[in-house]
Parts: sequence; structure tokens; C-alpha cells
Amino acid sequence: MTPLDGMAPLAIGGMTLSEVDLGRLTSVAPYKGRDAALGKALKAAHGMGWPEPNRATGKDGARAIWFGQRMALLAGPEPAAELAEHAALTDQSDAWTAVTLEGPGAADVLARLVPLDLRPGVFAPGHTARTELQHMMASVTKTGEAAFLILVFRSMAQTLLHDMQTAMEGVAARGRP
Amino acid sequence: MRVAGEGLINRRRRVEFTFDGRVYQGVEGDTLASALLANDIRLIGRSFKYHRPRGLLTAGSEEPNGLVTTGRGAGQEPNMRATMVELFDGLQARSQNAWPTLDFDLMAVNDLAAPFLGAGFYYKTFMWPAKFWEKLYEPVIRRAAGLGALSMRANADKYEKAWAHCDLLVIGAGPAGLMAALTAARAGLDVVLAEEDTRTGGRLNAESFEVDGVPGRVWAEEVTRELVAMENVRILTRTTVTGAYDHGTYGALERLSPWDAAKKGAPRECFWRIVAKRAVLAAGAIERPIAFQNNDRPGIMNAGAVRAYMNRWCVSPGQSVAVFGNNDDAHRTAADLLEAGVHVSALVDARHDAVTSLDVPFYAGAQVCNSEGRRGLEAVSIATASGIEKVKAEALAVSGGWNPTVHLTCHMTGRPVWNAEIAAFVPQPGAIPGLMTAGACEGVFSTRGCLEAGVRLASAVLEDLGVKAPKVDVPGAEDSDYDISPLWAVPGKGRAWLDFQNDVTVKDVKQAATENFRSVEHMKRYTTQGMATDQGKNSNVAALAVLADVTGRGIPETGTTTFRPPYVPVSIAALGAGGQGKGFAPQRFTTSHAASVERGAPMIEAGLWYRPSYFPKDGERTWRQSCDREVGMVRDHVGVCDVSTLGKIDIQGPDAGAFLDYVYTNLFSTLKVGRVRYGLMLREDGHVMDDGTTARLGETHYVMTTTTAAAGEVMRHLEFVHQGLCPQMDVRFVSVTEQWAQFAVAGPKSREVLNGVLGEAIDDESWPFMSCGEATVGGVKGRLFRISFSGEHAYEVAVPARYGAALFSELVRRAEALEGGPYGMEALNVLRIEKGFITHAEIHGRVTAFDIGMGRMVSQKKDCIGKTMAARPGLTDENREQLVGLKPVGAVKQLVAGAHLFNEGDEAVRTNDQGYITSVAFSPTFGHVLAMGFLKNGRARIGERIRMVEHLKGVQTLCEVIDPVQFDPEGGRVRG
Repeated sequence: MTPLDGMAPLAIGGMTLSEVDLGRLTSVAPYKGRDAALGKALKAAHGMGWPEPNRATGKDGARAIWFGQRMALLAGPEPAAELAEHAALTDQSDAWTAVTLEGPGAADVLARLVPLDLRPGVFAPGHTARTELQHMMASVTKTGEAAFLILVFRSMAQTLLHDMQTAMEGVAARGRP
Repeated sequence: MRVAGEGLINRRRRVEFTFDGRVYQGVEGDTLASALLANDIRLIGRSFKYHRPRGLLTAGSEEPNGLVTTGRGAGQEPNMRATMVELFDGLQARSQNAWPTLDFDLMAVNDLAAPFLGAGFYYKTFMWPAKFWEKLYEPVIRRAAGLGALSMRANADKYEKAWAHCDLLVIGAGPAGLMAALTAARAGLDVVLAEEDTRTGGRLNAESFEVDGVPGRVWAEEVTRELVAMENVRILTRTTVTGAYDHGTYGALERLSPWDAAKKGAPRECFWRIVAKRAVLAAGAIERPIAFQNNDRPGIMNAGAVRAYMNRWCVSPGQSVAVFGNNDDAHRTAADLLEAGVHVSALVDARHDAVTSLDVPFYAGAQVCNSEGRRGLEAVSIATASGIEKVKAEALAVSGGWNPTVHLTCHMTGRPVWNAEIAAFVPQPGAIPGLMTAGACEGVFSTRGCLEAGVRLASAVLEDLGVKAPKVDVPGAEDSDYDISPLWAVPGKGRAWLDFQNDVTVKDVKQAATENFRSVEHMKRYTTQGMATDQGKNSNVAALAVLADVTGRGIPETGTTTFRPPYVPVSIAALGAGGQGKGFAPQRFTTSHAASVERGAPMIEAGLWYRPSYFPKDGERTWRQSCDREVGMVRDHVGVCDVSTLGKIDIQGPDAGAFLDYVYTNLFSTLKVGRVRYGLMLREDGHVMDDGTTARLGETHYVMTTTTAAAGEVMRHLEFVHQGLCPQMDVRFVSVTEQWAQFAVAGPKSREVLNGVLGEAIDDESWPFMSCGEATVGGVKGRLFRISFSGEHAYEVAVPARYGAALFSELVRRAEALEGGPYGMEALNVLRIEKGFITHAEIHGRVTAFDIGMGRMVSQKKDCIGKTMAARPGLTDENREQLVGLKPVGAVKQLVAGAHLFNEGDEAVRTNDQGYITSVAFSPTFGHVLAMGFLKNGRARIGERIRMVEHLKGVQTLCEVIDPVQFDPEGGRVRG
């Protein structure tokens, strides 16, 4: 069962909130002095580079999202066995609620929930942040010009839905920010 | 009354509203204030203290008198300034602070008692007895004096908070602000332009003069159109910047228009936090009245407000209007009135050398010294060199000069600077890092000067940010002189008002000085000047000028009081937006939540988590019945409980064992793979932080559990220890609390239940007590731990969370087939108290390992966090309060958590305190109440008697001190 139990996409004011199944989620944390070797192994096995702080590499289906100090979340593939030589791998596939928010007002909706500077020149596709979403700690990644991938704890799925819907309605009601 | 003219209203669109229950009509574009004036309503409210009849003084957010309550029911809003309320069909507004009606207010008797109600009256009169203050004086005073009232019901309206980020925040969209925004925007900066009014233009909307050859408001519209079309500009109208904070952060309150706010899902207000690299403050200036006898009569208004009502809303406050001022600006008012065809009965200029070309009765070197009229102005008295002359007037437009709106520049302790030339305070440069001031708020009062300042300031910002400034032509506009001669108060008898909202007169300020409240801060507090919702925007400077005069000091030496955020009142609902009801905190639900609710389990909050309290069965009427049954069920058969909320931390790396040895008091590097050990964790100060079990899943792989309450705290602690104290250790950890759904299966039949779902059946040999490992659970890769929090033969089984709901149902189904079932927090608590297991009720932050009888768990073979500090003499004193069990032996069989313990025969007072009770439960296993608590030298006193006294409920009884471990002290049952 997914955290939002496969809810139907929520469309409000030209924006859509959808639950997504990212596939396998693995936190990858390099051991001492293994960062470079891990980067190489990650590239070789999954085709994406090790993400710098506040960056996500890869694309839909196979993405490495910076997740904290010297830690990334590998989203999509089953991690290659050789990664374990360089890093602590931990299965997190069931730990996170994942939704996408898409549409022209997406950044305005998030401006009501997260303190990030989301201006296009500052937070571009491929940028990510660990931040506060209303009262939840979250991971927010920009995946397209008006598309964001948002992760919060699995147990907080209902609160995420409530907060996102409230913000979407507030933005939609005005027609403009 | 409405006069001819175009203004910024749409006369064809009529708008119906009520004031004090009567229906009136206004037009589109009106504020409540302009619509009331158009309907010839001058009396709008009663004053705070004396209940004097009051009318509008201003046309802006600084309005002190025109306070109304709007709306009905839960959403009613008190203290709304009529000048800020946009008119819409169906608006309901009511006057405040009048009883029984606005026209006939019985409380106006206070006005007759005025000689006794002056400054400091409350302090002097209601000094003693102290207890009378709360019970008698304050309620009476609050009823007699006051503003609007809250509905006292939960507000169902929606409010919002939002963040904005920009290169340049421009505060105020008058001529200076518009030019600053335009210049910066053309250079490509991200600009937020915040404007308090419903439209841009500032004073241009209120004045009759031209900019660039067109009416000022038309020019403002054109510039605004250009700005709106630019992607890098965001214009926030109806948005008041309320505070300046650290690091370029500003607070701002946006009020949605009534029609936007009425849309489904729309908020009423939005509180913005704007983070800006730079800011330009172009907030303009606020006109100040001149104090004279009876200057608070409805119809007496600020001159700039009269022009605003004339030019923008096409309303005149009366058929004939007199004008009184001490500067050239006042003359404009007379000119605009004449232009609109309103009779000007007098133009009074306090300056002896003043001249005018206007065809009006002109009094140079004269002063208005009194007013007459019943509920509104009828005539004014003019003191001239040759005597006092009375002139009929329904309204008086007064200008004592303009005070630059310096407030925001003072929010980080900056003090404004006196500028004698304009007789006003101007901002101290650099008072807010990154903020510069432009235009009238800097003391530049000509339109041309403001336009120039906007361009200049924006160019300076651009240069500062390394961006090339574009060429921007400064449009032509009036550039007239201001030429003010200060006049604060007209000499004379009677009461001359300074602070209208708080009813503070010139006499009150003088009285304060006489009583030695000579500091401006003391004067403010003694007279309450400047303390109401308008924060003295109209009165501060005049009040301190009067104070300066009576104390024989100059105005700069006297100084101002401190301006603090917010600049205008901000509703708490906006500040707390998103935090109402369930928005207060996230709700964390376990995977068994739906199944628990379906079984009727009342859910209780444990931190952010929701956990089942108990699972009621048919025929059970109290929680105790369910709880007792569930305890018996676990002891005799088997129970299932969701324990997913406990913190789980995955720890990997070559130094994982060494790291655990350092954070736990006991050894973990020696733990065998496939085994679990109970661990105790201390804070750096030597007190117990948390406890839990940690399992070794592999050579370099552990999984730690924490208590539900301390999961976050422990994670933070581990990060601190690793990053700060032992960064050399090669260890990584991450929370897996959310990844695993974990269930306790406890009771004599627990293995039987588990063997039904496990891929491979287990027995005592393959899974002895305190063993762990991977296991196939219903075909899914899971984990199994043989641990017990109940004293029974028990396990915890974990699966990835997506399978949690399914596994819970299956375990419960199998348990029920064996006379078992689910159990909740109440039973869990009873089971652990019977067994003497601690929770955070016991390890509450002030206890040591020694106190809870685990002193020997602090390993002597190694160092650990908190070990040294825990060895301090005071922390191992035998007389410390130590963990014990208690049971009642007196007549009263009740024990109460939080109760204190006293020796028999001692008086139950603090100095005789022997300890306290932390946990209490009725034990169905033993048939009586059991408690855990802390008692001085308790371990040595087992078998003794002690008196429990609970002062709040008045319960007391005699207890026997017992071993905290009552159930199966040998531990035979957990081993199967």
C-alpha cells in the first residue's frame, strides 16, 4: 500500500498534485574517504553523478537526490551491489510519501509552505533542498520548469495532502500570487 | 456629501451597506469612510476613555477615530479602520464603545468626570488593596473604556502565510516608490513593490496636480501598467509592510479584496515574509493635527485627508469648510475645495507673513482656538490680533505639517533624527542594513523631489549590486516649497487633544511633566499617549514637542519613543495562519491506524503520533475494563501491539560498534551478530537521556531503537557526537523509523502466532531470548527480534511499511483465534509497570543511571558520553531519590502520579519531601494499584512504609515501598 493509498491526482486551478511511486529508494552514505570512488561506481552502475549539496542528478526513473550531509537518496533502481563497498546503503523505499506538484502556479503554492527562494534563477531544475514544509521536514526537488518532487515522512502523508490542498486552493482562488 | 468630479470612483455602480443597522448606499471605489461622509455621517465612534463623539481624522491606515466592527458571528472583526475597509455589497459595520447607541452614549458621563480622569488617574486611584485590581477595578475600567470586542468563537475564516524573495523590496508605491521600482525593474532586478493602498499612486491619488503633463493618478496608472507587464516585478497592493527584521527580512500583511476573499478556498489575509537583498522605503509622510480646544469634534480633519476625500472619492466633509494650517500645503486644500465648488469659509494661516491669491476669507498670523457644535462641527473660533472671531463651518481642514513615516527604520533600534527645516524627524541613515529611504519619508515633500529620489535611490542600489543603471527620465512635476513654521498646540484653556484614540490632551502631557515623568518614555506610559492601535501615528511628535516645551528642552534632546513592529495591527489569525486546528502540528499515523479506528480504539497522541489507547469490546463500559482484559490477554494468551512509533536508527560502518560504545553506557562492540542488548544513553551532563534495545544485524551493521518521545532528540544527539566529538569514526547512520512497520507479539502463545506467518518456524533454540535476524514474514523480507517490554515471552516483528496494515490484520486474526487480540497503550503501560520497566515518566531528565538502579550498567571498561559527569559526588549520593515500587497499604487504595512522599508522622510540606510518584496503574495481575516513583535512599527502604500525599486532589494514603520489579522477577517467562 502506498502512503496515500494510490489517491487520484488532485487538480486545482491548473495545478496537479499526484502521488508518485519512485520505485526503490536507497539512502547512500559514503564511508570515510570513499566519496570519489562511490561517485565513480554510481556513475558506472546507474549513469548519474554523485549529487553536490542541493543538487539532484539523473532523471525521472533514476535519480540521485542530495539528502543531507554526505548523503544521497537513490530513487528508482535497485542499488548495484558494488556501491555497498563504498557506502552505507539503507532501504528507504517505504519511508517516504512522494508527490509531484505541477502547473503554472506550483512555485506560488510552495511559497506558502516552504521558506526557500524558488525564483527560477535561484532554484532551477535539478536543484533540491531539505527544508521545512509547513511543519514537516521535507525534501523538495525541482524536476521541471513548473514541476516539483516533494517527499515527507510516510506517516505524515495525510498532513501533506491537507497542507498542499489548502495552499493550492489559496493560490487558485486569487488567480495570481 | 458627494460633489462633482471624476475621482477614482464608479458612480454608476451603487453599493449597499449597513452602518449600525441602517442601510446606506455608496459607490464602487468607496471606502467605508468615504461612503459614510458621502451620506453625511460625521459621527462614527466614541473615544476610548471619555466617550467623546468622534469622526474621521484621516483617510489612511493611521486613522485613530474611525474604528468599527465589521461582519457578524464568529468572523466578526473589531477595530477595523473605516478608512481601510473597502466597500462591498452587504458590508455590515457597527460603531464601537458606545452604549446604548452611538448618538446617545451613557458612558459619555465620563467626559463630565474628566477633571478626575486625567493622566495617571488609574495609577493613583486604584493603588490598593491589590486584590481589588483584578476582581473589581479592572473589569469596571475595561467596560467603561475600550475598543471593539472579539466574537469569542473560533474563527472559521482562512488565513495564509507566504514567503517572497527578491533583489529589491520597494515599500510604498507613491511617486518615489514607483520611480524606484521602475528604475530597478528596467535594469532586470527582481522587484517586489508593496503598497498599503488598494492601488498604486500614493498621494498622487489624493492630489489634483499633474505629472508629466497628465493628472498624477493617470501617470501612476501608466507606470504601473509597465511594471505589471514585467516578469521580474510583483506588485502587492493592499499590503502593508509591518516590520523590518534581521538579514533583509520584512513582514507584510496583505488584505485580500472583499471579492477575492469571498472566493472558495481564498484566504482573508496573507502574512508575507519578504526576504530582500535591498529595500527602498518610500512610505511617504503622515500629516499631523494642531492641538486646540475641542479639536476632536467630528468634522475636524487633517487637511491632506480632506483633499483625498475631495479628489479621490468626490466627497466633501461639509457644505462649508474652513482651513487651518502652518505651511503652504494647507493652501492647496482651500484651492481644491474651491475647484470642486465647496464653500471655503476661512483660510487661517498661523504664519504672520503668509499670503494667498485665493478668493477666500484669509487670516494670516491667526489660529483656530476653539470649536462648537453638538455631534459635529458647526463653527470655529479664530484668534486674530484684533480678537476672537467666530466663523461657521461644517468641517475644518487642519495641517500642522507632515511627519515622515520613519517607523520601519526604527525597528532595529535606530533613532530618527530631528530636521529643523521641516520641523520633523527623518530616518537615521543606515538604521536598517540594506534599506534606504526615498521621498517624503526622508523629508522630501515636493513631487518632483520624490520622483528624483526614486530614480536616485534605485540607481544607488543597482550600483551597489553591480548592475548597470538604465537611463530613466524624471518626469516633470510640481516642485513647490513647503515652508513650515512649527505650531504644536494653540494656547488656551480647556482640553486640546493630542492623541485622539487614547484621549490624551496637552494638559495630560503637562501634568506628566509636573509629576516628574519628564522622559518621553515615562510620559508615554503615564499618559498612555501613542499606545493604542494607531500607535500614536498622528500624535507622537506633537506630544513630545509639548513635553519639550514644558520641560524647557529642545525637541532633539527630548527624543522620540521607540517605534516597534508591527506598523499596523496584524490579526493573530494571519500570524498563526496554517496553525489553526489540525494545522497546529503534523499528524503521524501508523500503518495500523485505520484498523485500530475501525475497532473503535480511542486514539491518543504520543508526540506527533496517534496510538490506540485500548480496543473496546462489546459490553465494556469503561477503559479500565478493556485495559484489564487486554493485560490478562497478554499474560495468559497473546497480544499484538503496533510499536512502529519507536525510533529506529540504522547504523553502519567499520566503527559502528565503537561509536555505540561511546554513546551507550554499556558495551555493544562485544555484542554477537544476531543478538540484541538493552542500552542506556546519557546526556553529556551525566543524566539519563534515553534507553532502548540495539540489535546487531551484521559485523558492521546495527539497528538502534529509541523511545517514541526521544527519537528526534537521540538522532540529533548522534549527529552531534559524530560530527562534533568523534569525526574520526567511520560510521554512518540514518533513521529507518518510517521504513519499518513493527509489531510486538507478546504472551505465552506469541510464538504460535508468529509461526503462522513466518516462512520458517522458530523455536527456543533458533530464536532464544534477545536474539534477532532477518526473517521471511508472509513471503516478505522482514526482521524479527525476541525482546519483551511486558515480561512475557515476546517478539517484535518488522516488515516494510507498505505491508504494515496487512501484517497487523493477519497477526490480530491469528491472535484472536488463540483467545488473544490487539492491545493498546493503557495495557502496554500496565504490563511494563508490573514488570518495573521505565519510560520517560521515570527518565524525565533529572535522573541518573544510579537513581534508576542501573549504575552498574555504566561500564568501567570504557569511556562514554556522560560517564565523567555522572560520577560527580552529588550524583551518586545514597540519599538521592532512587527508583522504587509502591503499593497502598492504608485504608485508601488509590495512588496518584505526581503525588509526593512523606515519612509517617511528618507534616506534608516541601521541606519534608521524601520523593514522588511517576507512574501508576491498577494491576489486574496483582489485584491492586501499583506505582513507580523515586524515594530518598529508596533501595535501602524496601519494606518500609511511606505516606503519599496528593495536594491537588487531596488524596493521601499509606504505602509500602516495594521492589519496582513485581512481575516475574526471575525472568523465567521471557525465556519461554
